[in-house]
Amino acid sequence: MDPTIFLIQLLNGVQYGLLLFLVASGLTLIFGIMGVINLAHGSFYMVGAYLAWSLTQALGSFWLALAAGIVLSVVLGMLLEWLFIRHLYRRDHLQQVLLTYGLILVFSELRSILWGDDVHGVAVPAMLSGSIALTETLAYPVYRFWLSAICVLLAGLMYYLIQHTRLGMMIRAGATNREMTQSLGIDIGLLYRFVFAFGVALAAFAGMIAAPVSSVFPGMGNQVLILCFVVVVIGGLGSVKGALAAALLIGLIDTFGKVVEFELAGFQVLPELAGMSVFVMMAIVLLWRPEGLFSRRLR
Amino acid sequence: MSHRYQQIALLVAIALLLVFPLLGDRFYVQFVTRMLIMVVFASSLNLLVGYTGLVSLGHAAFFGIAGYIVALYSPEAHAAGFWSSLALSVGGAALLACLIGLLVLRTSGIFFIMATLAFAEMLFYLFHDTSIAGGSDGIYINERPILTIGGWVPIDLSNFVHFYYLVLAFAAAVILLLRVILQSPFGKVIVGIRVNEHRMRSIGFDTFRYKLVCFVIAGALAGLAGYLSAVQFGVVNPEMLGWHQSGSVLMMVILGGMGTLAGPVIGAFSLMMLEELFQSMTKHWQLLTGVVIVLVALYLPRGLAGLLPARPAGNGELPSAGSSASRSASSNTASTGGAPAGVQDRV
Repeated sequence: MDPTIFLIQLLNGVQYGLLLFLVASGLTLIFGIMGVINLAHGSFYMVGAYLAWSLTQALGSFWLALAAGIVLSVVLGMLLEWLFIRHLYRRDHLQQVLLTYGLILVFSELRSILWGDDVHGVAVPAMLSGSIALTETLAYPVYRFWLSAICVLLAGLMYYLIQHTRLGMMIRAGATNREMTQSLGIDIGLLYRFVFAFGVALAAFAGMIAAPVSSVFPGMGNQVLILCFVVVVIGGLGSVKGALAAALLIGLIDTFGKVVEFELAGFQVLPELAGMSVFVMMAIVLLWRPEGLFSRRLR
Repeated sequence: MSHRYQQIALLVAIALLLVFPLLGDRFYVQFVTRMLIMVVFASSLNLLVGYTGLVSLGHAAFFGIAGYIVALYSPEAHAAGFWSSLALSVGGAALLACLIGLLVLRTSGIFFIMATLAFAEMLFYLFHDTSIAGGSDGIYINERPILTIGGWVPIDLSNFVHFYYLVLAFAAAVILLLRVILQSPFGKVIVGIRVNEHRMRSIGFDTFRYKLVCFVIAGALAGLAGYLSAVQFGVVNPEMLGWHQSGSVLMMVILGGMGTLAGPVIGAFSLMMLEELFQSMTKHWQLLTGVVIVLVALYLPRGLAGLLPARPAGNGELPSAGSSASRSASSNTASTGGAPAGVQDRV
């Protein structure tokens, strides 16, 4: 493979992986801390992208749309936690699956009613619309670098928040023993509402910043949810570090799978089969280490 | 409802189903046929979710693969044999269940849910993105299979009344088969696995093997449903394997009341009638379905069966299934009270 194309795909893969990480870390945090499996997590990614599209049009600026979108998604997260999710903490996974599956249908139809079923595009903000020359003939968009940098920054912030702040300490305590934490005078209900809203905002934010590089389309939420499940199964549930490593791995496999055509045992492997490569990876991990590559620790 | 009333209700239901095609018109007969096929599908999932405690969100994989097998096996110009295509479809679904089961059963709980969904989606992408079977449009079965017994054709699959009775017979046979399985020692073991797998293992049962057998049986029966569905519609497409199919059948099991043989029947009939009603009301009918699902999850965790007053022990048509289901429902709530027990050591 041509080294410059290789470099481009490498950058694309890392950037896609980092984006996946943002979504998957919300999923894994909500499960790790609250014990809730949230199938509707992909819907928040989709909602984020549609918010970015409609708010950019309404407010005339991608940055304003981003700020407004974050506020809206936090409010949405709090509302959902208050209405539905808080009733699920004491229930088993089956009811969590059912309720959040119902929410997917609701969000998907609401999206169809509010925004229609069309595919849209969001323009890259003018400030970041340039490209950086990598070689004499090849340039890479500034926006994608910015996107990766934001993801890394957020990952770092998340680590700091959980490890080194008082709030993070309370969250870790709540994850370890809910009753004990509560009896120490910490409002666990409020804490969980915050965590859920944070997870929702992470997924929606990922959708918002992804909107200018991918198109905004109805099925984007489900696609990303399935990939997040693969990431979580590979990385180990509740492990943020595992989610990061697995997301990068999946991002790279998926990106390279789509461009590399190769022959396997005399058969031309179709590029269409690339979509399957991440699942093959998951099968291998399940055979080798069914508990995931990383131990299930949040710290 | 007392034991006697239940028996009467059951007999009335069977009688109604038997005479129904003589009264109803084509649309309704075909609609009830579809519901009966979903009864088979939901009953197969109930074996996993309701009795063994394995929450699979990828059960449509086996439903869909059987449909694809019969569609690919059917020659373009003439009809395939009924028995050979049925055996291939159900066998193929069972084989796939064995392969996927070997992988996903290495996980448990929430991982199991995610892994089953992911593998089903893998198949979805396989058929959706490649041209092996018509891509996203799917493929047609031009001629329905011919059912012959030694040269004699007792049932014409293209005749909707004949097909109705065939599906009814299969649905009854599946429910009876599940009843036999559940009352056998094997059935007691799998219910034991749901209630406390750890204890079953320490008694000396190879629980992995039991779960795998269960997974394969459930996959094969889902394959039967998929075969019947493909033959009824004459077309298969990737939606058959999609996760909306898996979610919908899971909903049927829970709506009706899991862990009872009657549950999937009630669930399949009520959810499909409800969806039919919603579809006649609005284009955005899935919004209403979604709201119903959310409400059921919040207020009817034991399904419609939970609305009935609790039955005294040893009562009801399915003593082993019914009573152990309610027992485990309470033990589930107890063990997951507070932070889910599994989470504490996980985090």
